[in-house]
Amino acid sequence: MSLIRFFKTIFMIDFLTGLIMAIKEIFKPKKTINYPFEKGSISPRARGEHALRRYPNGEERCIACKLCEAVCPAQAITIESSEREDGSRKTTRYDIDMLKCIYCGLCEQSCPVDAIVQGPNFEFATETREELYYNKEKLLENGDRWENILAANINADSSHR
Amino acid sequence: MAELFIFFDQIYRILFLLIPVLVSVAMIVWLDRRVWAFVQKRRGPNVVGPFGLFQTLADALKYIFKEIIIPASSNKVIFILAPIVTMTLALIAWAVIPFSETFVLADINVGILYLFAVSSLGVYGIIMGGWASNSKYPFLGAIRSAAQMVSYEVSIGVIIINVLLCVGSLNLSDIVLAQKDLWFVIPLFPMFIIFFISALAETNRPPFDLPEAEAELVAGYQTEYSGMMYAMFWLGEYANILLMCAMGSILFLGGWLSPIDLFPFNVIPAPVWLILKILFLFILFALIKAIVPRYRYDQLMKLGWKIFLPFSLIYVVLTASFLMYFDLLPGN
Repeated sequence: MSLIRFFKTIFMIDFLTGLIMAIKEIFKPKKTINYPFEKGSISPRARGEHALRRYPNGEERCIACKLCEAVCPAQAITIESSEREDGSRKTTRYDIDMLKCIYCGLCEQSCPVDAIVQGPNFEFATETREELYYNKEKLLENGDRWENILAANINADSSHR
Repeated sequence: MAELFIFFDQIYRILFLLIPVLVSVAMIVWLDRRVWAFVQKRRGPNVVGPFGLFQTLADALKYIFKEIIIPASSNKVIFILAPIVTMTLALIAWAVIPFSETFVLADINVGILYLFAVSSLGVYGIIMGGWASNSKYPFLGAIRSAAQMVSYEVSIGVIIINVLLCVGSLNLSDIVLAQKDLWFVIPLFPMFIIFFISALAETNRPPFDLPEAEAELVAGYQTEYSGMMYAMFWLGEYANILLMCAMGSILFLGGWLSPIDLFPFNVIPAPVWLILKILFLFILFALIKAIVPRYRYDQLMKLGWKIFLPFSLIYVVLTASFLMYFDLLPGN
């Protein structure tokens, strides 16, 4: 047995086996994707950038119940509300500090009207900190931009909610 | 006027050698990363330029614009000198490498000794860098590196004696021409393998990359370096690897000679053959980096002193006896 091992060491059998295997691996298809040019698939449940959604008639969904503000473990959400002329309660301020946010998804789960949601967008890096303090305008704009995907995602996940 | 002409002629010839060497060092870094990535089924650098060829240039540009931090407790003169020494020593050795029968910068009679001496001096850059940093990780890295490079230098020296016995000259062009009929890789095959492994240890490549073992020593002797000084260490290291590949192809793989002296092969210009052989050895270097785990320090020393040195010494005796017995000694 040790003689076999001796000859294996002298002729570097294990090493050569590894080398041949490495050369074979070179020609196999790659396991990684070419990231900025092609992207991997994202689950409908992905918790990315936040968005405030609207009803199809353009009315904001948010009813200023402040459940998301209460549940937020990082206390990243700040809401102020007042009564509008038509008697409905709406937010006057809805800020999310994206630097505090831990992307746990509790705000999305707590929302009774599916107003605050987390979309599939995870590429929102900015050059300054200030750009990551999102206000209501920014969140509503996100909602308008991603509405098709957000609605489809909520629909796809509806049987589990 | 005539002296000035000779001076500029020399400068021109040096630049004609140095610039291609520097460019190929940049390309070889890319090739190394690319082969490494391919073995691991990754893509490697593929964004900057065609196939990511200019990745190294982009990296070098980044290093140029980075701040050079000199530790307050370091020995500043030696600290700054160390990367310069490494880079310079890696480049001056190329002076004696023959690319063809006529294309060699300095066709000196002790070419192989010069090459050996310069590559031995390479350890000074590392020791200076590690010592002058005045910090524990660079210091440990430099000690390891010094011990490792000195140990493997010995076996490389003995391996070179084997080749010299068959050639009878220290001139690198003569060494190549002596392989006209038979490349030394065939009669001296075990020596080629040992030379290759020693070259890995000599250039601090995996599996012998103990001086910069990132899991234990952060980055070894380079830990305190930043910016362009780090880049010089890095490029010097790769220039050294390229040099060892060139040395291996000249000593064992017939340098610029074509494999067979037949029609389609012997019209290809001589430097192309040398470059192809260097590339072949370098791709082996890169493949080995991808497949082997790092040696333990005592195993490294054991391999150098207890296995390679005695074995190559025995092989010297065998080669000498063989040449004597069959009356094949060069020069008579």
